[in-house]
Amino acid sequence: MHEDTTSAVPVTIPGQHAKASCASVLAVEDLTVSIGGRLLLQGVTFALEPGQLCGLIGENGAGKTTLLRSLIGVQSSPHGQVSISGLVPRKSRDLVGYVPQKINFAPDLPLRVYDLVQLGCDGHRLGPRWFSGRLHQQVQAALDAVGAQDFAYQRIGELSGGQQQRAVIAHALARRPRLLLLDEPLANLDFRSANELAGLLGHLTRVHGLAVLVTAHDMNPLLPVMDHIVYLAKGRAASGSVREVVQSATLSKLYGYPVAVIEYGGRVLVLPHADAQVGEDGCYLMPNGSASGGQA
Amino acid sequence: MLTWLGHILHWSFLNSGSVQTALLVGGSAAVVCAVIGVFTILRGYAFAGHALGDVSSAGGSASFLLGISPLVGFLGIAGIAAVSLEFLGVRRAREQDVATGIVLGAGIGLSALFLYLDTTTTSTTGAAVMVMFGSMFTFPANLRWPAVMTAAVALAMMAILYRPLLLSMVDPELATTRGISTRWVGLLHLVTLAAAVALAALSVGAVLASALVIGPAGAAVRISRRPVLAIFLAVILGLAAVWGGIWMAYESYYWFAGNAWPVSFFVVTIIFLSYLMSVPLQYALWRRIARPVQIAANAGG
Repeated sequence: MHEDTTSAVPVTIPGQHAKASCASVLAVEDLTVSIGGRLLLQGVTFALEPGQLCGLIGENGAGKTTLLRSLIGVQSSPHGQVSISGLVPRKSRDLVGYVPQKINFAPDLPLRVYDLVQLGCDGHRLGPRWFSGRLHQQVQAALDAVGAQDFAYQRIGELSGGQQQRAVIAHALARRPRLLLLDEPLANLDFRSANELAGLLGHLTRVHGLAVLVTAHDMNPLLPVMDHIVYLAKGRAASGSVREVVQSATLSKLYGYPVAVIEYGGRVLVLPHADAQVGEDGCYLMPNGSASGGQA
Repeated sequence: MLTWLGHILHWSFLNSGSVQTALLVGGSAAVVCAVIGVFTILRGYAFAGHALGDVSSAGGSASFLLGISPLVGFLGIAGIAAVSLEFLGVRRAREQDVATGIVLGAGIGLSALFLYLDTTTTSTTGAAVMVMFGSMFTFPANLRWPAVMTAAVALAMMAILYRPLLLSMVDPELATTRGISTRWVGLLHLVTLAAAVALAALSVGAVLASALVIGPAGAAVRISRRPVLAIFLAVILGLAAVWGGIWMAYESYYWFAGNAWPVSFFVVTIIFLSYLMSVPLQYALWRRIARPVQIAANAGG
C-alpha cells in the first residue's frame, strides 16, 4: 500500500526544485522509488553544477541512501529521469565516484591505501594487472588530491578513521569522475577529522571543479563549504541555498524536532534544541523567546 | 659434503615414481589452495572452505562405490556443495554459518552412507582412511595430469577474477557501483574453491583438506601488507608444507625402523607450526612499521 505523501512537502523555499541547465553534471527529474509497496522517494527533482557542493539532508529513513543508490544505478526499479553529464547512471559509471557509508577494514587486511586506489582505477577489469606507468600516475594523482601520500603504503586497516575516509575518497577519484557522491562521510569521525574532511571536499569542488553531493546528519563541519542543500522529508525533496535552508524554522519543520541555528565566531552552527517549548501557533519557541516556526 | 647431505636426505627418493606423482599432484594442490585460500580467508569463508572439504568426502567414497575416478568424485560433490552454499545464501552474513552447517551435515550424511556401502557391498579395503586422510604415495599415476590440469584451470579462473574479487571483498557495494556482479563473482569463487578443496582432499584427505586451504593462506595474510605478497607467501608456505611433508614421510621409514608415518600428519604439522610462528612475526613486523609513525606523530606535537 502506498503512503499518502501528497502533503509531505515540508517547507516552501523560493527557487526550490532547481531545474537542470546544459551545464548540469547531475540532473534528477521526477524520480520516484518504491520498495515493497512503500514509497520512498516521490517526484524528486534537483540539479547539480560543476564546482558545486550540495548537502543532502533529512531524518533517518528519509531516503537519502536510496537516492544515492538511484544515482549510481544500483537501485532497482526507479522511475523518472536521472542524467549524469547527459548519460543514464548505468552508462556513466566512469563519471561518478562513490563513497559508501563506513567500510570496516580489518586491521590485518593485507591491502595498502595504494592498492585500494588502484582498484578504483581498474577493479572492474578481468584478468591479472600488468605494470603500467599511466596507472601509477593516475593513482598518484588521486592520492595527491586527497593528501594521502604520507600513508599511501600503509595497511589501510591500521589507519585512523579520517585517513581511511581519505583513502576511500581517493579510490572514488581514481577514474577522474565529474560527480562525487558521499554517504555519511563524517560519521564516526572526531571534530578535527570531520573538519579536515569537509575542507577537503571544499577543495575538490573549488580547485578540481567536481560536483559533490554529500549526505550528513551533522552538517556543521560542511556548512562553510556547502553552497546548496537538497532536503528530503517523507519521500519529497526540496532544495535551496544554504542561507535559505539553514534556518531554525525550516530545519525544525524538516526534522520534526526543535533545531536552533546560531552564529558563533563568524560561523553558522546548527544545534538540536531540546529545551524549546511549543507555542500557541504550534511553532517551537526557543528559550530566548524567538519562534522557530517548525510545527510541533 | 654433498654426498653426506645426500645420504642424510636420501635424494634417491626423487627417483621413485610414486614420490614424483605425490610431489607433482601435492605441489599443484598446494599452489592452487594457497592462491584461493587467501581470498577465502579475506572473504571470511574459512568455515565454508572446511565444510567443502568434509562434504567432498562423499564424492571420494562414492567414487570407490561406483568405480569411477576419485578426482571426478571429489570434484563433483564439492562443486555441487559450492553451488548449494551460494543458493542457500552463504553471502549473507547472518545466514553464512547456517547455510554452511546445513550443507556440511548433508554431505557428511551422504559420506557415511557411501562408506558404509563401500565396506558392505564392495571388496574395497581402506577406503575410509584413503578418503578421509589421503594417501599420496598410492595416488594413481593416470590421474597425475588430470589433477594438474584441474589446478591450472582453477588458477586461470583466479587470475581472471583477481581484481573484481578483491574489490568485492573490500566492499560489495563499491564493487556493485563499478558494475561488478558480486553474486557471479562470489559463485565463481566458491566453485573454484571447490576445485581446490577436491585436489587437497585427493592429496591429504577430505578431513585435512581445509588445513591446506586455510593454513598457509592464514599465515601469509597475517604477515603481508599487499594481496599479491600474501598470495606469493601462501604459495611458498603451501609448497614447503606439502613437499616437506612428503619428504618427512619418506624419511620416517628410516627414522622409525620401517614404519613410515602418514604424509598428511607431517603436512598439517608443518602448516600448524608455520601458522603458530606467523603470530609473533606479525607483531614484530607491526611494531617495526608502527614505530616511525609514532615518532613522527610525537615530533609533530
